[in-house]
Amino acid sequence: MQVANKLSPFFENLNFERDDNTMVINFGPQHPSAHGQLRLVLELDGEQVVKAYPDIGYLHRGIEKMAENMTYNEFLPTTDRLDYIASTSNNYAYALAVEKLLGIEAPRRAQVIRTMLLELNRIISHLFFVATHALDVGAMSVFLYAFREREFAMDLMEDYCGARLTHSAVRIGGVPLDLPAGWLENLASFCDKVDYELEHTYEALLTENRIWKMRLEDVGVISAEDALSWGCTGVMLRGSNVKWDIRKEEPYELYPELDFDIPTSDRCDSYGRYKLYMEEMRQSTRMLRQLIPMHSKSETPLMAHAPQYISAPKEEIMTQNYALMQHFVLVTQGMRPPKGEVYVPTESPKGELGFYIKSEGEPYAYRLKCRAPSFFHTGLLQELLVGTYIADVVTIIGTTNIVFGEVDR
Amino acid sequence: MRKYVPKDNVQKKSYYTDRFWVAPRVPREIVEDAHFNVVVEATASMVKESYIEIGQLVLHIAPEDNFKMMKLLKEECGYTQCSEQSAVDYLAQDNEFELFWQLLNVTEAKRVRVVCRLANGAAIESIESLYKSANFAEREMFDMFGIKVNNHPFLKRILMPDDWEGHPLLKTYPLHGDEFASWYEVDKIFGKEYRDIIGPENRDQARIDEKDTKRFSRVGYEVPFDAEYSEEKTDIEYSETVLVDYNKTPSKTLDERR
Repeated sequence: MQVANKLSPFFENLNFERDDNTMVINFGPQHPSAHGQLRLVLELDGEQVVKAYPDIGYLHRGIEKMAENMTYNEFLPTTDRLDYIASTSNNYAYALAVEKLLGIEAPRRAQVIRTMLLELNRIISHLFFVATHALDVGAMSVFLYAFREREFAMDLMEDYCGARLTHSAVRIGGVPLDLPAGWLENLASFCDKVDYELEHTYEALLTENRIWKMRLEDVGVISAEDALSWGCTGVMLRGSNVKWDIRKEEPYELYPELDFDIPTSDRCDSYGRYKLYMEEMRQSTRMLRQLIPMHSKSETPLMAHAPQYISAPKEEIMTQNYALMQHFVLVTQGMRPPKGEVYVPTESPKGELGFYIKSEGEPYAYRLKCRAPSFFHTGLLQELLVGTYIADVVTIIGTTNIVFGEVDR
Repeated sequence: MRKYVPKDNVQKKSYYTDRFWVAPRVPREIVEDAHFNVVVEATASMVKESYIEIGQLVLHIAPEDNFKMMKLLKEECGYTQCSEQSAVDYLAQDNEFELFWQLLNVTEAKRVRVVCRLANGAAIESIESLYKSANFAEREMFDMFGIKVNNHPFLKRILMPDDWEGHPLLKTYPLHGDEFASWYEVDKIFGKEYRDIIGPENRDQARIDEKDTKRFSRVGYEVPFDAEYSEEKTDIEYSETVLVDYNKTPSKTLDERR
C-alpha cells in the first residue's frame, strides 16, 4: 500500500498488483457512470470482481440533522435535495408523513394535483433512468431522445410551480396553487407524446437491439429472497418477481380509485428491470389520463382545513383577525404536531421512500429518519457485483437506479 | 446575564411555549386486527408492551431479545423485509437510546415496528444474518449515534470519514459542527499547526462575509476593490442586461393565473 503524507499525496487511481494476483481499483467518485458520488473499491481477479466495497458519504449534508433544527414547514424545501431527479415525490412523502401525524387529509382537488405531479415525476425519473442507463451501456442516441421528452415534462412542472428540478410543489396539507390554464391540455398531449415515443423511439431502439440484450440479459441477477433481505423495493423488487407496489398494497392519495397494473418480471436481471421501467411509464400515462377529468369535477379548496396546523387561505387571513393571528403563530413558531411517532412509506420512482418522524409535541421534529430506497440498493452492490465482470459493473450500477442525493442525505 | 443554554441538547428549541400548553398524544389503539393478534400472541413472551399507532403495530422489547425477536418475526410471522432501522437519542432525558426496526410483511401488507431502549454505552446484537439490509443500516446507526453493534461483519463509519470525531445525530452535537468539524479540512491538508496561520476567517472557502469588500459585493452599495465597507448608496448604473428591474413589468405568468 502507499504511505500517504503531506509530501507524497495519495494517488487514488494507481492500480496495485497484490501478492495473490488480484488488483484493487478505485471507481469514482468522479466517474461519469458513478451516478453522482459513488466510490466503489473493486478487487479484481483478471476482469472478474472478487470483492466490491461501495463507499458513500461524498454528498452527505446531514438532512436528518437539519430536520431536527427546522420547523416542519421550513424543512419541506430541503426534501427536494434528496432524490433530486423527482423532487415532488420526496416533498409528497414528507408531507404525507406529517399529515398522518397530524391526522389531516388534503382536499380532493389537492389530491388530484398531487397524484398527477407524482406520476409526472415518475415519468421524469424513469426517462432519466432510460437515458442514463442506455448511455452507461453505450447507447448514445437514446439519451438525447429521452432527455427531449424529459424536458417537456419539466416544462410542465415549470408551468405549475416555477421550478424544474427542486419543485417543492407540495405543501403539508395540500398544494399551494391550482393548475394554470391550459395545463391539462398540455399534459394530455404530453401523455400521447410519451406513449408514442416509448413505442417508436426507446423500445424500437433498445428492446430488440442485440447489443442491448447482450449487455443486459442475465446481468445483475437477484433472487426474490435476496431482494427482500437486502431491502430492495420498487422496480428492484418487482424485477425479482415479487408483486409489491405500495400504491396498490397500502394505497394513499387517489391510487385506490385509479385503474392500473403492477408489472412484474420473473427474469430477475437488468433486462427485466428495463422492461418494467418502460411498462411503468405506460401505466403512469394511463393514470394521468384518468386523472385529467377528475380535476374539473373536484371542489376548489387546495389546503386542508385544520386551523391549528395549517394557515387559512389568503383571503381569510386578509379579512379575518383570528385567521391572521393563527397564521402569524404558525409562521413564526411553526406547527406543533401531537406527540407520537409515525412511519409512512410511499412508492417513489426509485422504490419505497418512507419518513419516520418522532414528535415530542415541539415545532421541531425530535427525530426524522428518511428511509431512502437508493441507500439500500447501494448496499446491495457489495454482493451483487461479486463474480461479475468489470464491463458489467456499470450496467449493474445503472440498473439499481441510485441517486446520491438520497443515498447520502 | 448570558442566556442559559442546556449542554445536553443543543438542537433548536421553540423560543416561546405557552405555560399551560400540554402536547396531545397520537392515540395508541389496542390490537384488534386478526393478523396483528397472531403476531402479538407469537411474540408474547418477549414483548413488554404492544399497541397500534397510526396503522402500524408497535412492539416494545428488551434490547437483549432483539435477535430472537427478529428471527421469530421473520420465520414465523412472515416479516421478510427490514425496511429501516435506526435510533432516537434520549440521552438527555433517560441516558438511553431508543432503537427501532421497521419490518414489512409482503404477503399480508402489514408493517411492524419493534422498539427497544438501549442504555448509553451498551451494545446491540446485529441482525445482519437475518436481514442483509441491516448491514448498511447498522453501520449508519453506528456512524450517526456511536451505538456499537455486536457481530456485525464490517462495523465502520459509512457517511462520515473514517477519522471523524463525534457522532453527528446526537443531540449534543451542534448543527453547524463542533470545533473538530470546523477545522477538519485544515487539519487534514495542512496539519494542526496551520490552524493559527490560516485563522478562523479563512478556514471555510464558502464563507461569505458581508463586510468584506474584496470578495462580496452588495448590489447598490458597491465600493472599489479593497475599499472600506460603505453604508452609503452608490449610484452605479448598470445596463439592463445585468440588472433586471423586477418592478417595471409585472410577471406574465402571475397575471395569467389571477
